[in-house]
Formats: sequence, C-alpha cells, structure tokens
Amino acid sequence: MSKDNQLLEELTSKEYEHGWAVDLETDSAPKGLNEDIIRFISARKNEPEWMLEWRLKAYRLWTKMTEPKWPNVTYPEINYQDVIYYSAPKQKATPKNLEDVDPELIKTFEKLGISLTEQKRLTGVAVDAVIDSVSVATTFKEKLGELGIIFCSFSEAVKEHPELVKKYLGSVVPMSDNYFAALNSAVFSDGSFCYIPKGVRCPMELSTYFRINAANTGQFERTLIVADEGSYVSYLEGCTAPMRDENQLHAAVVEIYAMKDAQVKYSTVQNWYPGDKNGKGGIYNFVTKRALCFGDNSKVSWTQVETGSAITWKYPSCILKGDNASGEFYSVAVTNNFQQADTGTKMIHIGKNTKSRIVSKGISAGKSQNSYRGQVHIMKRAEGARNFSQCDSLLMGDQCGAHTFPYIDVENNSAKVEHEATTSKIGEDQIFYCQQRGIDEESAVALIVNGYAKEVLNQLPMEFAVEAQKLLALTLEGSVG
Amino acid sequence: MLSIKNLQAKIGDKQILNGINLEVKPGEVHAIMGPNGSGKSTLASVLAGREEFEVTGGETTYLGKDLLALSPEDRAREGLFLAFQYPVEIPGVSTINFMKTAVNQIRKYKGQETLDAVSFLGMMKEKMKLVEIDQSLLNRSLNEGFSGGEKKRNEIFQMAMLEPKLSILDETDSGLDIDALRIVANGVNKLKTKNNATIVVTHYQRLLEYIVPDFVHVLYKGKIVKSGGKELALELEAKGYDWIKDEVAVA
Repeated sequence: MSKDNQLLEELTSKEYEHGWAVDLETDSAPKGLNEDIIRFISARKNEPEWMLEWRLKAYRLWTKMTEPKWPNVTYPEINYQDVIYYSAPKQKATPKNLEDVDPELIKTFEKLGISLTEQKRLTGVAVDAVIDSVSVATTFKEKLGELGIIFCSFSEAVKEHPELVKKYLGSVVPMSDNYFAALNSAVFSDGSFCYIPKGVRCPMELSTYFRINAANTGQFERTLIVADEGSYVSYLEGCTAPMRDENQLHAAVVEIYAMKDAQVKYSTVQNWYPGDKNGKGGIYNFVTKRALCFGDNSKVSWTQVETGSAITWKYPSCILKGDNASGEFYSVAVTNNFQQADTGTKMIHIGKNTKSRIVSKGISAGKSQNSYRGQVHIMKRAEGARNFSQCDSLLMGDQCGAHTFPYIDVENNSAKVEHEATTSKIGEDQIFYCQQRGIDEESAVALIVNGYAKEVLNQLPMEFAVEAQKLLALTLEGSVG
Repeated sequence: MLSIKNLQAKIGDKQILNGINLEVKPGEVHAIMGPNGSGKSTLASVLAGREEFEVTGGETTYLGKDLLALSPEDRAREGLFLAFQYPVEIPGVSTINFMKTAVNQIRKYKGQETLDAVSFLGMMKEKMKLVEIDQSLLNRSLNEGFSGGEKKRNEIFQMAMLEPKLSILDETDSGLDIDALRIVANGVNKLKTKNNATIVVTHYQRLLEYIVPDFVHVLYKGKIVKSGGKELALELEAKGYDWIKDEVAVA
C-alpha cells in the first residue's frame, strides 16, 4: 500500500502521550561519576576484566577532556556529578523466555505498544526491548540463530561473543573521538549488538526500543552492528521517554562496520520528551553515530525522523573507505516551542568512486532553533567521488529560526559535488486552498508538512512510516502562525 | 440558495465592496462582469471566506445559514466551491492524496462513510473523463509545474470530485487557449444540474458562449450597477464598459 495514501486520521491536542512512569523496584547507583561508579556498573553487569579496563581507560580520557561549546544550541551547565549513571529494574534472573519476565515490565512494553508476543505473531520483527539500562527479553533469537545472525543485548554480547566485541568496539567511534563518546565508553549501560554473517540477508527488520524511566538517570546506550561481506540488515531504532522536570542526558554511541558488499539500513524515529511549552525540562540528546564503509561496494543508509528532545545534537556519518562505497543520510528534524537542534551528517570520501547522498528537511515552529550542520570531505586520493546534498528548511511562524552550516572540502578535482538549499514558509495561500476544499487548518498543515518531508519518510520501513507521520503532526499541532 | 444583501467589505484601509445585492437560485448560472478593480475577485474571496478581507456591513445567507459565520472549510463542506484564478502549488502532495483528504473530510462532516482507496479511485476515474485529465497529472504534486491550462482543468476536476452546490469560477478563462477553454467549459456544463448553481466571474464574453448564463451582472466600484440576460454580455463586448460608467456617473 502506497505511503502516499496514508493520511493523518487524528490530530488532537493531546498531551505527550508517553508521559507516565512505571513504579518498578530499581537498583540504582549513587549520584556522581568516579572510578568506583564505573566498577559498580561493571560488577553489576558481571563483565570480564577487559571490559572494565576499557571503561576505565575511557573514563580517564574523559576527565582530561573539556565539553565542546561550538554547536548552535544553548543549555544550562550540566553538573556531571549530579547524575545517576546506572539504573536497572530489579529482576530475579535473566529470563529465558517471556514467561520469566517481570509482569510489570511486560505491562510497560504493552503500554508502549510493543507487546512482545504481539510483535512476534504479527510483524515478524525481532524486538530487543531495553528498559532503564537492561535488555530484557530478546525474541526470535532462535530463528535468527539458524542463519548465524547474532542479535542480542550488548551486555550479553560482551559475555557470549567477546572476540567480536573486542575486535570491533571502538573501531568506528574510538573513545577519544569526542567528549560524549568518551563518557559513553566509560558508563555505557547497555544497547544492542548485531552481527550478520557472510552473504546472509537478514529476513526481518531488527528493532530496539529505549525507555528512560527513573528520574535523573542518564541513558548511555551503546550499539554495535557488524555486517560481514555481502550481508544485509535493516535496523530500526525508536524511542519514548516519560515527562520529567529535570533535564535528562542521553549520550549514546552507535557504530556500524560494513565489510565488502555489505549493506546496512539504520532508521530512527525519535520521540524523546521535548520539554513543555515554556521550554522547561526535556531530554538532551547528544549522540555519536557513525558508519565505516570499510569494504568495497559497501553501503550504509541513515534515515532519521527527529521530533523530540529539548536539544538534539547528532551527526550520523559515513566514512567511505572502500572503493565504490556509498553513504546516504535522510533526515526530518522538527523543532517546536523552545526546542533546539544542531544536526546533520558527515560524509568522508576516501576510496575511489564513492557516492554520498544527503537529504535534510528541517522544520521549525514556535520559538525553536533548527540548524543543519553537514560536512562533505573529499580526500586527496578519492578519485571520481560524487556527492549530492539538499538541505531544506521550512519555517512555521515568525519566531523560529533555521540555520545551515554546510562544510564542503574537496581535495581531489575529479569530484562532483552538488549542494542545494531552500528555505520556505507554509503559505497562507496554501492553507486557504486546502480550507476551500473542506480541509481544516490543522489537517492542512499536516498534509503540507508530510508532503514536504515525503522524500525522507519514503525511506522508512513501513512500520515506522505511519508512526512518523503521526509524530510530525503531533509535534506541530498548534504551531500555525 | 444564495442571498446577498448590501454586502460591504474592505481589505486593510481600502473599501472594495460597497453594497452588493444578489440572489442566486438552484439551477441558475450568473455571470459577474466588470472592469478591472471593480471588486469581482474580492466578492469571490469574501464568499469563500478569505481572512484578509473584512466584512464591514450587510448579510449573506447560503442554504438558510449565515454564510459569513462559517469557517472557510465549513463553507466548503456545505457545498461552496471556488475555482481559483491563480491556483497555488503544494509540493509533495499529489492531487490524488489532496482530493482523498478533502472528499473524506467533507463526507465525515455530512455523517457519511469515508471512502477507501479502491472506491475513491473508482470515483476518480469516472470524473477524470469529464475534464479529459490524465492520471499522470494527478499523480504529480498539486499544480507543481502545471501549465495555466492544466491548472484550470485541475480546478474543474476538483469541482467534479467535490460535487458542490454553489460553484464560483473566478476568471477561469484567463490564460486559456481556445481548446482548453472548450474543455473546461464542457466540464462545467456537464456538472450543471437543476439543484446546483454557478457564479461565473469573467472579463470576457468568450467564456459565456460556452457556459451560457441566465443572468449577467455588471460590477462597478463595488456595486452591481446593471443586470440583464445573456444579451447584456454581448452588449458589453460590443461597447466596452465606458457606457456603464457614464450611466452610473449620470445617476
């Protein structure tokens, strides 16, 4: 069924619908960050010595680094000692199947609309549900296991597949890469690990849901995807978070390693709590996401729909090392009320005949600030490189801002680099045209915005496309000016 | 169906409509003609509910309801259709998608069941024939890159889809060549029934050869200064508007 014809049915002024918390017994570390906390985390997770050493190395690096201040966002100083770095819901033992899982937890998943049994039966999507730093149930393990595909929590991978983790962890985002990557490397709680063997095409979309439950808990997810030669995988990341007054820090790291002829598709629909109408509260989403297209002909495609968070700061990037490697970045970033976003991508062309494609659609409303920051770097020996970038901004109202910071660095003169940018407003004429055909104003805005974002939304796997359309509408309701 | 009494309206500080009086009954075709700046398009916009225009006096009843109290979308849902003089473009939204949204919102308003994709496409194919419009045009973004003729045909296509009770055609003939004019007029004529009515706003008599009016009104300086049958249009074509202006000056 064509996504073209998936129209918005509902548009209400509902409160952030995931604004609730479940009362679970939590097992949290005391506030603050020091080597003891790191040992606490590692011990709680029963990690081998080498993992603890890796964390400590990262922590020591972090203490010597300073927080970067260059993004086009403002926020009050974060007191890193005033944050809890580990919180896990108490459970008897690692469950082998759904029956062993804490029923309260299952209720949480169901409220999120991702009842694991439902998923298993209807969509065939394997779900690795993460709640407050601990991955609980992993479905479809057996099915994937038959193909040799490993899809499990990061914690589990450290124990069951240490050779793989040791080999690839930090190979795409080294702990020294940036302040938040170092922090994440020290205190990461959990995340997903995925390995697709040679020549295997993963038959189902792999998905992970995140949830921040306890107050003042930072989420430090760590995801590592390794696609061996000739493999294919499509990965979905979707997030929700409850309403809180205190800001919550989210500093995740996602690494993708693609070998020869491998293809990875990574899609995100981000719906973190954005703060209230006056800009109070909301998640700080400072994420490092990077793909290394290591092998020849490898391809990684990032698709994101960002509607939440008080502050979004992320640049899913591709390092195009292999010859004929290709990287893509499709993004719709929406900001409303007092949200701020500084997001974009980096495409680094190293191999020969590499290609990259960037389509960024920013939508600003309310008093928000939305910045696109992109870098296209064609290195000296990157013969025959080709890039196409399009960054569009849509302004709704006259108190919001849209900014573009494109960086284009070309060191090889056989390169073809194209950059287009447009800025537009939703015209009153367009709204009136819709009204005159019987479409009310809110629906008209939703229709126009969806049309604007269509090229990106079409990249999403079907399951996400509908959620994404509704999310766009929900984020923008009441913003027409 | 439509009863306008002493309607006055302005935009900003400029008073444009100075007391319009008009009665339109079902089954009738009324032509509104007049020199540039007389207020023809303003009248169309005010009836459709464009917010930039402020109604400063008079009343308008449509199907027994106070038209001016209704929002633009409610006026549309009550069966009022405006074929725009300059139809706007909406990138990324296909005509099909646009029409499906509109048709279903109107049906919901009337308490009818919304159409699913298959029924909608069936209805669409039927109406496409009326205006000789090609499906490829409808798959494209609304009016984006359309020629003038294609835009106007698209307006009449939408009119066919929405089946309005009162259609206002705002200078639908502007920018059309003879063939396009014929196709558009044909479409409008096929949609005429004894239960709906049409107001045709135009400068030229040419369109009225195809869409034959029952009444012709001349709008000048925001007032209807002369009304007659279709012969009046021919008279204007022959003499221009000066004699009307003179008549008004003398009165």
